[in-house]
Amino acid sequence: MGFLDTLLGRTKPVPPKLDDLFAVPTAAITLQAAMGLVPTGAGSVCFRAAEGRAFSDIEKDVRELLSMGSEAPQVEVTNDSYGFTWLVCRHSADDVAALVTDLHAVNSSLVDGGFGPQLLCTLVSFTGESGRRLGIVYLYKRGTFYPFAPLGGERRDNALELQVRGAVGADLKIEADLSRWFPVWGAPGL
Amino acid sequence: MAKTRYAPDRGLTTRMTLTMFLLGLVFVAFVIALIYLLGAFGVGSGAIAFFAIALGLALTVGSFFYSDKIALSAARAVEVGPQDGPMAAKVHGIVDRLCALADMPKPRVAIARSPMPNAFATGRNAKKAVLCVTTSLMDGRLDDRELEGVIAHEMSHVAHKDVAVMTIASFLGIVAGLLVRFAFYGELFGGGGGGRGGNNNNNGGGAIVLLVMLAVGIVVYAVSFLLIRLLSRYRELAADRAGALLTGQPSALASALTKVSGDIARIPQKDLRKAEPLNAFYFAPALSGKAGASLATLFSTHPSLDRRLRQLSEISEQLAK
Repeated sequence: MGFLDTLLGRTKPVPPKLDDLFAVPTAAITLQAAMGLVPTGAGSVCFRAAEGRAFSDIEKDVRELLSMGSEAPQVEVTNDSYGFTWLVCRHSADDVAALVTDLHAVNSSLVDGGFGPQLLCTLVSFTGESGRRLGIVYLYKRGTFYPFAPLGGERRDNALELQVRGAVGADLKIEADLSRWFPVWGAPGL
Repeated sequence: MAKTRYAPDRGLTTRMTLTMFLLGLVFVAFVIALIYLLGAFGVGSGAIAFFAIALGLALTVGSFFYSDKIALSAARAVEVGPQDGPMAAKVHGIVDRLCALADMPKPRVAIARSPMPNAFATGRNAKKAVLCVTTSLMDGRLDDRELEGVIAHEMSHVAHKDVAVMTIASFLGIVAGLLVRFAFYGELFGGGGGGRGGNNNNNGGGAIVLLVMLAVGIVVYAVSFLLIRLLSRYRELAADRAGALLTGQPSALASALTKVSGDIARIPQKDLRKAEPLNAFYFAPALSGKAGASLATLFSTHPSLDRRLRQLSEISEQLAK
């Protein structure tokens, strides 16, 4: 925020950065090779639904868009306890590129409708041996990624997260500020 | 370029600019009057002005740097981490998401045990900011969306650096108030009394200076007091607006306001008095009074509930288009 905005008590809504998402398929290959973490084929977009007709129309359009086509993914919509909406897409596990394309379609629809600032994060989930779970979370507002590895009972596997940061650091722009690696407990699709 | 649904409120911006311009004007006039007075009558009473400014500066700097600690201890709030119980976990969860949505650093979170449902944010910048909610805000009378609306409002105060802006804006009023006090006592003990030695040759002139200073101080204090209250009300409206646009749910914030303001008006007097020093930073003022009188509107730190609800419904319409 600039000086003038502070003085006048204005905040400009932060537009999302979208294109970095396409780096995920490369990172998925690295993760599999380096750490044995394979994509589950599930990914989700999390956004804050705005009230009113305009937003619900766009949301409906997005769902219709995703369920069209021959290789239509399974799409489900859930609302979490914080009032955020998660749109979960499921593809076959080896087609991360298609998954990312679908997730990006959701983003573009929201942005074109003027609701870009409502986008919170995108999550692509991975799984490893002995039940390890990992989400690669993309923060739209910062254009950065961070790993989130939930354990049972609202604890997170920080060691695995840091290990992942080291492994995919070259492929993805990892969020440098650790205080912004906020947890998404119970995120659908993870 | 994608279209945006977040049109700025030009009317509010204009009014706020005008208010700040007037504050600046009063400040300049005040300084010129002081310099003129001191120049015309010698530096005999300059000490009073000097002490008023020095003490005022010390108070302002103090409250600027320690605003978070002062406010937290006045509210008896305790800072909490995400693991400190379900209440703390919930607030942290909401704050986390709002910070990610607004791309701002995460403020610290504190909880105050209080029978009044309320929230405030303090701290001079985003890194030092603390967001405090009271226990009764979390006791279930607000649903999750309303709670989020309240927290988004407070986070907008942080983003707008309202503590810093209001502290700096209040500096002038503090100095003028101190000057009035000092000049008054100077008049009482110095100018009128004959106990001093006879070598003070412009004693009569000194008394006039003190009187003029008293008058200037009172006028400046009164005008800046009104302007600061006006500015505070505009900052509240700006925070309502920014908070509602951040969550995309203006109506949730509106219904939270209705619930919180309605509840607070019914709280007994004893608790209200205790809460008064913190009013300027609270989400809803604890001393809501009877909003009917226009004088009360002029003096209040927060806009009336009606005014706030009206703005939120305008935003709601705008979003639905």
